[in-house]
Amino acid sequence: MRIEFKILRRDSAETAAWWQGICFETEDENATVASALRKINEAGNLVDTEGRTVKKILWENSCLQKKCGACAMVINGKPRLACDSFLRNYQKKGRGKITLEPLRKFPVIADLMVDRSILFENLKQMQLWSREEVHLTEKQRETAYDASRCLQCGCCLEICPNYLPGESFFGAAGFVPAARLIASLEGEEKQKLQKAYREHVFAGCGKSLACADICPAGIEVERLLVRSNAVAVWKKSLF
Amino acid sequence: MDCVNIIGAGLAGLSAAMTLAKRNIRCRLVSVQSSERAQSVLAEGGINGALDTMGESDDVRFHMEDTLKAGVYLADPEAVRGLAEHAPEVIRMLRDLGVPFNTLENGEIRLRNFGGQKKKRTAYAKSSTGKIIMSAMIDAVRRYEAESRILRMPHHEFLKLALASSAAGTGERICSGAVVRDVWTGEVEVLPGPVILAVGGMNGMFPGMTTGTTANSGDAVAAVFRQGVRLGNMEMIQYHPTTFGIADKRCLVTEAARGEGGRLFIERNGGRWYFMEEKYPEQGNLASRDVISRQMYFVMHDPSCGGQVYLDLTELGKEIWQQRLPDLRKELIHYLALDPAKSPIPVEPGIHYFMGGIEVDVGHQTNIRGLLAAGECCCQYHGANRLGGNSMLGALYGGRVAADSVAEQVMEGIREETAGSEKVGSMNEELRGEEKGNAGEISPELVRQIAVILGDSLGIVRKGEALEEARISLEKLLPQCNNERERNRVYLAQAMVISAELRRESRGAHYRSDYPETEAAMARQTWAEWTSEGVMVQFRQN
Repeated sequence: MRIEFKILRRDSAETAAWWQGICFETEDENATVASALRKINEAGNLVDTEGRTVKKILWENSCLQKKCGACAMVINGKPRLACDSFLRNYQKKGRGKITLEPLRKFPVIADLMVDRSILFENLKQMQLWSREEVHLTEKQRETAYDASRCLQCGCCLEICPNYLPGESFFGAAGFVPAARLIASLEGEEKQKLQKAYREHVFAGCGKSLACADICPAGIEVERLLVRSNAVAVWKKSLF
Repeated sequence: MDCVNIIGAGLAGLSAAMTLAKRNIRCRLVSVQSSERAQSVLAEGGINGALDTMGESDDVRFHMEDTLKAGVYLADPEAVRGLAEHAPEVIRMLRDLGVPFNTLENGEIRLRNFGGQKKKRTAYAKSSTGKIIMSAMIDAVRRYEAESRILRMPHHEFLKLALASSAAGTGERICSGAVVRDVWTGEVEVLPGPVILAVGGMNGMFPGMTTGTTANSGDAVAAVFRQGVRLGNMEMIQYHPTTFGIADKRCLVTEAARGEGGRLFIERNGGRWYFMEEKYPEQGNLASRDVISRQMYFVMHDPSCGGQVYLDLTELGKEIWQQRLPDLRKELIHYLALDPAKSPIPVEPGIHYFMGGIEVDVGHQTNIRGLLAAGECCCQYHGANRLGGNSMLGALYGGRVAADSVAEQVMEGIREETAGSEKVGSMNEELRGEEKGNAGEISPELVRQIAVILGDSLGIVRKGEALEEARISLEKLLPQCNNERERNRVYLAQAMVISAELRRESRGAHYRSDYPETEAAMARQTWAEWTSEGVMVQFRQN
């Protein structure tokens, strides 16, 4: 199949972005956007659709099997993992067009690479940790398992109508990991996390649940949200 | 205040960082990508520890014996004893951090069968144990980040060690820091202090052929090898029996699938041949990984067989799919469009783990004072073949031991001998100048050439002629190299090939068709060192 990529490129945060066309051909039915980008960058002389020699495309990748979240980007307008985006789904009769853009709610470093450090800073601000031994009930164990699967890829923030960079709402990338500990912490730590939850999640969430549809890990985001709301806001336990 | 440099933010790096933070010693946690992207998140099946919750009278002694036996007596018994003795404590530490291990009705941690072990000894969180453990460890470390005891340095790659001469005038070279580069800005920095390398396995040497991440390129190990760091057992590469290919890589089908009842077969004479059950009646589908991969190789090359080995999971009960292997089932349906509950899945052996790497002592110290290594990048615990369930344990325990060694034995000496000396200051400037803007990239063509050479010579079945040919081919690549990083990689490949050539016997993952027997005299590590004359490999003398 032959795919024409249209990639939003940028040398650095300080410079202007431009679109670049790059053609890619493969016989591999299982090829993904990630494997295509790797092959494109491995070409000895990378040329664009105008025949100009161009620089390698900068992007992040690691596991290539949708378990690490590194390769999140905007693919044909939707935030997705490149390793989970099969080229065959973007073509008809062996031809297709795919646009690639960096996630728009994070500062761009270059090309498709963004600075996602805010994800980790937000979790730090929520004080998501426990100094004491954590004891899980059977239901809490299930929730903790689901919450632990969050990739911190940022797709949920990209799609969320309520998440805006720099504002106080942390989105699903904040409340999903928080669900790991929110019901099982004790004492002051519990109070702090629940307060942070109310401030940074409950107060800002418009419940569009766009995050639930987009999560590459398939986490049942709504279920976690409902349970955490019950604990932190309504002081009931569904755990 | 003193600061330790930990390179790599996977499980071993996190464990080392947490240990130091608990001891109130500051550290930098340096990594190109965040911990969420580390290979540790890919671990599936579980973590071993003789918790003995299953009524099978398990004991630390048995864990130790199984580990040594699976490694065909190449691992250091003293180190393995420490690993096995501390394993239950490591698992309980994880439980206390809130890792939702599968449990029994009485609340105790449930254990599952894994290959090469007669007792149920593997604690697990369904079939994503690595990811679940990592999430808890990342949270635990975050607390110390907030207290500034752990300083994260994301988007930084390790280039090489800063080395200084001992003030004692002995000529000994001491590791006085790490030279790192900000991959976003290109800025090079020298980070003073002892260094713990936790950079993972050498997957980059075998692109597309491993279950791990190629972000673990092996370049850090290659760089320190050139600086005089000794490597051990470089020929020992584990092929996991059950993997399948997707674009650009191999994916793992966890050993737990066989632990829960999965059966391997190949078609022969119009029927299914459960070759492992027939050939190894005692352990069957749960023989150690080297044994199964080798048998798979043989039956796949047997003209009377169908060529493709299958893993049959169709007899597994609903509860197992729901509670123990849910993510595996989803993954197989996603990538292979096959429901393993309904039809057997095609599998092949794939490179999964490097037992060899930076040679360390029982305290995880290398041959260069001030440099330690932990996790898959080091050669410790696993001998000639790693037991399933021992990798996360080795990373967690090894990271902790390395951190304890730094705290108790290394820091004082390093500070006395190197810190504050003008020599270190000027050397740092020199290193900065040398590396700035010249970190060097490895050309994709060279990566391919090395991968082909290694793929052809370091397979499941090896022989002398192919290894000799590989050695010669690698030698020819050296004059074509354009920078030090390229040369480093070729030398690292040579260390693997020459080690395999030297070991004229078969042991664990290293099977030589020209030397199929295990030789008692070779129950010793191979040691590889780089000298001005090139790569030198010899057997450890004692």
